[in-house]
Amino acid sequence: MVVFDKPKALLDVPLHYCPGCTHGIIHRLVAEVIDELGIEGRTIGIAPVGCAVMAYDYFACDMIEAAHGRAPAVATGVKRSDPEHNVVFTYQGDGDLASIGTAEIVHAAARNENITVIFINNAIYGMTGGQMAPTSLVGQVTQTSPYGRDPKLCGYPVKICEMLAELEGPEYLERVTVNSVPNVRKAKKAIKKAFQNQLDGKGFSLVEVISACPTNWGMTPQKALEWIDSDMIPYYPLGVYKDRSANSEVAK
Amino acid sequence: MIKISFKIDTCKGCGLCVGACPKKLLRIAPDAINKKGHHPAEITDASACIGCASCAMMCPDCVIRIEKE
Ligand SMILES: Cc1ncc(C[n+]2csc(CCOP(=O)(O)OP(=O)(O)O)c2C)c(N)n1
Ligand code: SF4
Ligand code: SF4
Repeated sequence: MVVFDKPKALLDVPLHYCPGCTHGIIHRLVAEVIDELGIEGRTIGIAPVGCAVMAYDYFACDMIEAAHGRAPAVATGVKRSDPEHNVVFTYQGDGDLASIGTAEIVHAAARNENITVIFINNAIYGMTGGQMAPTSLVGQVTQTSPYGRDPKLCGYPVKICEMLAELEGPEYLERVTVNSVPNVRKAKKAIKKAFQNQLDGKGFSLVEVISACPTNWGMTPQKALEWIDSDMIPYYPLGVYKDRSANSEVAK
Repeated sequence: MIKISFKIDTCKGCGLCVGACPKKLLRIAPDAINKKGHHPAEITDASACIGCASCAMMCPDCVIRIEKE
């Protein structure tokens, strides 16, 4: 009996990510969920600009590559073209979703578009070599904040889940991470719910995954997982920020 | 019986599996080098493996496959 193997919705090709980059774990979780829900044939993924730009070579379902930050707009078109059949997800980094693509994500959420968004928050621009992201922490040293992020100069890091939770629109918002086995299990549960919500016609579901970029954080992969606990989570608390259906059940 | 296998040439030697194993059975092979030039992960005592799959769950590259016989 097979206890653990690569999911079928992930192609049997090597990933280009750096050693210990948790993009790979998150890809696997999305693929496991696609397998478990049996939706590979009707799923269309929208890849971002960022390190995950090549996600279209990794997922076995159909994939489209969107212009930087525009994945929610592309996803909206794909979903609306055949809402009963198509299952649509975007996979976006923080440079993609929380900077150049802020307008697209806010309005997709406000419209309660029936799509699933996997948002990878690694507090940095990975692909371009480690520049400060809107999500970089106060004091965080990056290529463009060599003395640490100074809020007087650069403002404060953007909290996407908290921000979108203020909107009427979205159905489900949760922040998770993948820095330990229990957290990987919780992340998978959230991702599965975000896809299930779409199948149930409930609307916009976003899972923010706090992810490690050991290369641009300048840490070993193991240290990067610890830094998520010590530095990322205190500013980006894990948990459910909105779950409309669950709340209305309670209200009944 | 638990059968654990590693796709050696896909491994990047990141060591996340090493940190995840509750039985401390894994290590980055000090002497072996794979096709990519990485020191791959290996199991020191396969008979002590309990098949919990913690290592596989933390592997970003789906290197580890676990079977129960
Ligand atoms: C229109 C446009 N502007 C800028 C870029 C350069 N660019 C490529 S990736 C990237 C940011 C990626 O960061 P993030 O979304 O956090 O993903 P990561 O690489 O960290 O996974 C930028 C600014 C681009 N490709 N296109
Ligand atoms: S640069 Fe960072 S986010 Fe990009 S693949 Fe490497 S570790 Fe991952
Ligand atoms: S399956 Fe569990 S006990 Fe066996 S090597 Fe992996 S983490 Fe260790």
